[in-house]
Amino acid sequence: MIRLLTISAAVCLAMAATPLLAAEKPVDPYVQSNANAGVTPFAGDEMLRAFHGPQGVSRIVDEMLARVTTDPRTKEIFAATDMERLRRVLKEQIVYILGGKVDYTGRDMKTAHRDQGVQQTDFNILVEHLQTAMDHEHVAFRAQNRLLAKLAPMERDVVVR
Amino acid sequence: MRGFRAAAGVAAALAAYAAHADGQELRPSGKLLLTGGVSDVEGAGGGGLATWATITGYETRDGIGANLHGTMVDLPDYRFTAFGGAVGFLDRIEISYARQAFDTGDTGAKLGIGKGFTFHQDVFGAKLRVAGDAVYGQDRWLPQVAVGAQFKKADRGALVKALGAKDDQGVDWYVAATKVLLDQSLVLDGTIRATKANQTGLLGFGGPKNDGYQAQFEGSAALLLTRRLAVGVEYRTKPDNLGLKEDDWMDVFAAYAVNKTLSVTAGYADLGEIATFGGQRGLYLSVQAGF
Ligand code: HEM
Repeated sequence: MIRLLTISAAVCLAMAATPLLAAEKPVDPYVQSNANAGVTPFAGDEMLRAFHGPQGVSRIVDEMLARVTTDPRTKEIFAATDMERLRRVLKEQIVYILGGKVDYTGRDMKTAHRDQGVQQTDFNILVEHLQTAMDHEHVAFRAQNRLLAKLAPMERDVVVR
Repeated sequence: MRGFRAAAGVAAALAAYAAHADGQELRPSGKLLLTGGVSDVEGAGGGGLATWATITGYETRDGIGANLHGTMVDLPDYRFTAFGGAVGFLDRIEISYARQAFDTGDTGAKLGIGKGFTFHQDVFGAKLRVAGDAVYGQDRWLPQVAVGAQFKKADRGALVKALGAKDDQGVDWYVAATKVLLDQSLVLDGTIRATKANQTGLLGFGGPKNDGYQAQFEGSAALLLTRRLAVGVEYRTKPDNLGLKEDDWMDVFAAYAVNKTLSVTAGYADLGEIATFGGQRGLYLSVQAGF
């Protein structure tokens, strides 16, 4: 009885300590590594500054996700997705790629997209929404393209049919 | 005739490919703006003067794209126009057609062939993407590579033969390599073409100086300025089979994608000396509507 109480107290404590994670659903175990981000990040802080830091990236990812999850062409794909988690790890991934001092804690691109049925057309739709979001954040076009150069090869892992 | 056989082969390959892709959803309009190039003077996907390895239209490998285009080059002594269409299948195969007209206007009288005398040419093209991906392969050096054939038929057979051309029809073969360097916001193309064509075929094929195939180069370099706007330069070498001091062609251009349906290319082309009239430089204008 006492043991059970201690356990539930510990669980409560753990939940209180990580209020953000509490809203996320668990995923199958995987090995955490920055290599999961799929590309080598930019050196220096020039790129992250071009994106107005982690706050800029956060605004861009929020707008892009709002767009792909409401666009009738792509929203079905996200119907069963844990958006809390996707939002968090996607922001991590972009900040990490832009040279920010964060770790990417999500899965690798192949594992994350294995069962999503993404087609090449969907990939390009997402990129276009990303471009629009970067435009709204006033990220210079050349800096946008430098990020896209890092993301484009992920097509091979994201597009599965 | 050989050109038609090549086209039939490509059609068979297309059917096989479509069967292979069976079970996938067909989707329209997925490519990123301007990444498929525009329509060149011979009707193929490319820049203005150079044929690229990209497959025309905004389709991805999940769809079919098509476009129609009209092009005009207003030269001091001539006017060149071309109209045509192209279809791209699954971002793999491109079939194209263009009808070119070369109007000699007042110059026709000076050349002794009659005012307003116009040369025409039909160009049937087929292109097959064989390797690489111009856009997604950003982590690789390998460009997108395509091979193609253009069957060309000039309509003024008697006259072009009187000028010394050996034939009024011929086939060009080419290998094109195109790379989008997103990191630099650049698009580069280099294409090698085996051809016998005089003034790309408008003045027939082969001649007294040479009647064999010769390898020629055509290339483009374009800078992406915005999602909709690219500016670039092009160069195209040509043989001089007729001994009429045929010059290389070059241009500078700006391509603007109004949207995914409409793009406009405006430029300045230098076509050098054509049929003894030198300094043929003028405005290049092309409009393309895609579906
Ligand atoms: C370069 C492009 C892309 C990047 C960088 C990217 C990144 C990510 C990341 C970081 C995750 C989360 C991994 C994790 O949960 O550990 C994820 C998951 C997901 N992505 Fe993408 N993605 C891309 C393209 C796409 C496209 C084009 C689609 C569909 C239109 C898509 C649909 C999804 C979905 C549905 C999930 C959730 C998977 C799940 O619920 O388990 N992604 N992506």
